[in-house]
Amino acid sequence: MDRLRKPEACLALGVIALGLLALYETTQIPVSPMYAQVGPTAVAYLASALLIGLGALLLVQSVSGRWVSDPEESATEFDLRGLGWLLLGLVLNVGLIDPLGFIPASLLLFACTARAFGSRRPVRDVLIGLALSAIAYFGFAELLGINIGAGLLGIGE
Amino acid sequence: METLDLLANGFAVALQPMNLLWALVGVTLGTAIGVLPGLGPALTIALLLPITFSVPPTAAFILFAGIYYGAMYGGSTTSILLNTPGESATIVTALEGNKMAKKGRAASALATAAIGSFVAGTIGTLGLTFVAPPLVEFALKFGPADYFSLMVVAFVAVSAVLGSSTLRGLTALSFGILLGLVGIDLQTGQARFTFGLPELLDGINVIVVAVGLFAVGETLYLAARPKTGASVIKLQGRAWMTKEDWQRSWKPWLRGSFLGFPFGALPAGGAEVPTFVSYFLEKKLSKKPEEFGHGAIEGVAGPEAANNASAAGVLVPMLALGLPTSATAAIMLSAFQSYGINPGPLLLQNQPELVWGLIASLYVGNVMLLVLNLPLAGLWAKILTIPAPWLYSGILVFATIGTYGISQSWIDLVLLYLIGGVGYLMRRFDFPTAPAVIGMILGPFAEQEFRRAMTISAGDMTTFVTRPLSLTLLIIAVLLLVVPLLLRLRTRKAR
Repeated sequence: MDRLRKPEACLALGVIALGLLALYETTQIPVSPMYAQVGPTAVAYLASALLIGLGALLLVQSVSGRWVSDPEESATEFDLRGLGWLLLGLVLNVGLIDPLGFIPASLLLFACTARAFGSRRPVRDVLIGLALSAIAYFGFAELLGINIGAGLLGIGE
Repeated sequence: METLDLLANGFAVALQPMNLLWALVGVTLGTAIGVLPGLGPALTIALLLPITFSVPPTAAFILFAGIYYGAMYGGSTTSILLNTPGESATIVTALEGNKMAKKGRAASALATAAIGSFVAGTIGTLGLTFVAPPLVEFALKFGPADYFSLMVVAFVAVSAVLGSSTLRGLTALSFGILLGLVGIDLQTGQARFTFGLPELLDGINVIVVAVGLFAVGETLYLAARPKTGASVIKLQGRAWMTKEDWQRSWKPWLRGSFLGFPFGALPAGGAEVPTFVSYFLEKKLSKKPEEFGHGAIEGVAGPEAANNASAAGVLVPMLALGLPTSATAAIMLSAFQSYGINPGPLLLQNQPELVWGLIASLYVGNVMLLVLNLPLAGLWAKILTIPAPWLYSGILVFATIGTYGISQSWIDLVLLYLIGGVGYLMRRFDFPTAPAVIGMILGPFAEQEFRRAMTISAGDMTTFVTRPLSLTLLIIAVLLLVVPLLLRLRTRKAR
């Protein structure tokens, strides 16, 4: 079974799982008999069935080794540290944007992402992040009139 | 003649000072984001969708169209100087353009790309001007069943014909259709796929999906890869061409334009096919075929023209039929929704000022782009020197603003990152993203037409095959699905 492409097979299983979840959720949609002919579930069933069917075909392809992903892709190393920094930035951003406001959450996201892409000067990144977040915040909020919540600890609300 | 009158009215709209300003902002922003690798017009327009709440529709669409055209110009700069095609349609430009740049002929390559884009953009816009009205006349005869079948053609075309794998294209499409179903069903008021979350009742916002797939997904993908610095080729001064360059360029420009436009206008949109066809055509017709692969100017002029003409072509089904065939067009379509404007054949009748103002501004935008790109090529090239850490950090910050601005809810951000994760997987395993975006935006329209058709036919499914037009379209859809599969099987056997 050396032709089995493991990551590809996992992805195919994921597609099937998504299809099954969608199928289950579709059965939970209440259908009034008035609309029984083509109710809100028809296309939902179709999309679920498509995902399950296509996922199964993808699984067949990956198991038989016919899935032609970019060969270069599987060979390249995985930069776990880079991905880790980026994910940290995203989690901090989601967690802090409500309590601390947009600017602090964004500048942390900026600094972590810069680190993920190999920057080694955190202080400079934080300063640039601060400038960019502030410009972006006031640009969007003032010029375009878009409400993006509080800028900094309730200021600007 | 009627068309010319309407176009003249359109120019009256487009030449208003405020609208000129919007066009200028659009083409400038478009060129900049086109130059930056990893940013595209679809993402940028998605991030700017919130302005639909504060500016009139004509201004917003002039801005969006400027971004769309500008990104095509900017993309070629990146291909030529960095050899990293910003999008699949500029792969061919990188082929010869980067070779030219390495030989010190970057200025010629940039100039032929910019002038070729201008020629093709203008020819393509002329095509749009004269093809859209008759197409609308024809489309007004469509019933819901015909419309549904036409959308099926578009679905199959964007997912099966383009990209490396029919299977992966269709999977992306199905995922998109599923995303489009989330929220309250407008006809029955039933909630679908909301998992009890009130935030999902209004459906998943287009901004979240586009930004998640294009910005977050791309950033995750790049962060997980080993970092290698690509080298930017320095450009001194401005873009210019020698007399010989002109002689070798003008025919490829014209051929590329006439090749690209129909490809874009057909529901099998996308610029990959015509750019490749143009490349091989020019190689065949060239008097110096031996230069191909070592920096032949024809290999930049032709494909660049084809790319831009097909971009104009994509606007034909978008404006005349309400049928988007690229991710960018799909997002523009959702902007119509945001204004409560119904896209479709009635758009030209109901919103002549908007549509013709938009078309006229495309002519204006093309002139602006030529002026912006020839003398300022060196300035745009400077954008390429922004270090990757700041570029991608900045992209994520803007992605957050765009998303958090929708409803100031962190749930939208979680959704954004989840979809970003899916975008990462799609990028990693080579799934095309355009079908997902098109499926999400066009899916609800298709469902609506499907149910309308079924109501008219009292639940009789045969309505889709008994109407000649609908049947023809469905046969085309089947052929689009089957023929590439058969071709692939044949080549596999031949090996």
